[in-house]
Amino acid sequence: MTPDQVIFILCAAVIVVTAIMVVTSPNLIHAALWLIATLFGVAILYALLQAGFLALVQVVIYIGAIAILFIFAVMLTRREMRDKGPQLNKNWALAAILAVLTFGGLFYILSGWSGFSGKAAEIPAGMDTLRNLGFALVSPDAYLLPFEVASILLLAALIGAIYIASASKK
Amino acid sequence: MSIPLSWYLILSAALFSIGLFGVLARKNAVAILLGIELMLNAVNINLVSFWRYGNIASISGQVFAIIVFAVAAAEVAVGLALIISVYRRRTTVIANDLDLLKW
Repeated sequence: MTPDQVIFILCAAVIVVTAIMVVTSPNLIHAALWLIATLFGVAILYALLQAGFLALVQVVIYIGAIAILFIFAVMLTRREMRDKGPQLNKNWALAAILAVLTFGGLFYILSGWSGFSGKAAEIPAGMDTLRNLGFALVSPDAYLLPFEVASILLLAALIGAIYIASASKK
Repeated sequence: MSIPLSWYLILSAALFSIGLFGVLARKNAVAILLGIELMLNAVNINLVSFWRYGNIASISGQVFAIIVFAVAAAEVAVGLALIISVYRRRTTVIANDLDLLKW
């Protein structure tokens, strides 16, 4: 086992365990806090995949903005600090079967694929992937249009969220 | 880089299935959105690992992951705003109780 593999296995164990806690925890605040742990695990995976910028973005946007937004929403939508009764609906057994089937189906399809156990090539010396990413996002030949569309989407979501969540005028 | 691609894909499939379970089985609308976040993260792991194990020179996997980040942020902002608005009108966020359109 190389150090890479040990880090991956630890990280994967953290991700799977905390993700299961997210979907089963009866206290929603706890679920949101477990989600932060899951997102940290995914950020470590990005670093392991040599996508350092994405690891940073994961921490800043997902943990810094989205997870905190969830915690605010949980606090704004509860009359008591703890919801009563079971948190799973009556179809949870069916949902569990469906989830296991999805995992099994994905695993079956992927295991038949020839590139399944592929190894990564070393990143060539002198190649700066972050620089390439920056150029790709602003180059008209590459991804300028999707980048601008994403910014318009964010603006629309910002205005929409303010409008929907603001108190209705009496 | 001694990790085979399959490890990432299996982890991502597991994370997606856990998120799917959360979406299908939770009662609370906020918890359903938490499940959707897990599924989006699983997709992102896939995109980035396919970039790393495929053609590194084309940066499309990372760009796609960044677009998914932006869409996730927009989705959470609007989704939570909707939930807060519904809570203000009906004082519940249990998905089963929101049955105004059911007949």
